Amino acid sequence: MGVTIDRSVTVEVRLFGRYRELADGPSITLELPEGATVAGLVRELHRRAPGRLPERPIVAVDHRPARDEARIHPRSEIALIPPVAGG
Amino acid sequence: MTGDLAGLSAEPITAAALAASVGPGSGAVVTFEGRVRDTNEGRLVARLHYDAYPGMAEEVFGDIVRRAREAHRVTAVRVLHRTGTLEIGETAVAVAVAAPHRGEAFAAARFVIEAVKAELPVWKREEYTDGTSRWLGEEPPAHPAPEDAVRKGAE
Repeated sequence: MGVTIDRSVTVEVRLFGRYRELADGPSITLELPEGATVAGLVRELHRRAPGRLPERPIVAVDHRPARDEARIHPRSEIALIPPVAGG
Repeated sequence: MTGDLAGLSAEPITAAALAASVGPGSGAVVTFEGRVRDTNEGRLVARLHYDAYPGMAEEVFGDIVRRAREAHRVTAVRVLHRTGTLEIGETAVAVAVAAPHRGEAFAAARFVIEAVKAELPVWKREEYTDGTSRWLGEEPPAHPAPEDAVRKGAE
């Protein structure tokens, strides 16, 4: 008989601009199942901060905007990117 | 200073400093400064605060300089963007582009400032003279909170 072991990874999501107001500090820490995708990370953010984020916020993985299906690796640098407003 | 330069700066910046020592082949130098204005969309601005993502900004800056060089024959591309709190009249972004002739210098300088505004991971919060503030940047409506959705459904 198979035994299911739920493994999870701890992911720190860096926050900038208006998204810093989602948490008390410069980042928010999430527990995600191993092998989670960007879409899963966004779902967890919506659960943690309901009504505070757009439906599909830009998630940068290792400094590049990532697609929904991209996998979250434990050592990836994850950041939530608000609409840019420099200059 | 010689060669290209792009980065964030917590200290005051000027385009004049970026325009120094651009090399003997530079017959044209175009500089641009974006400065903090005292009004925006009809509201009186007291100061601005810039937040930035340094690791990503470094990569985006590198990409902008590379594309400017691919598209235009230039001898130097330099750009700095401020972070932190800026008062009215302070320079938020400075660009200096040198080229053999003015056409390339103007075109590349325009390309650099437009790309910085559209792509650099920097965010500004306007503080108004009435004590309120807001982050700039258009954002789609928030994903509804579950309780909001239920309340709307019950109406």
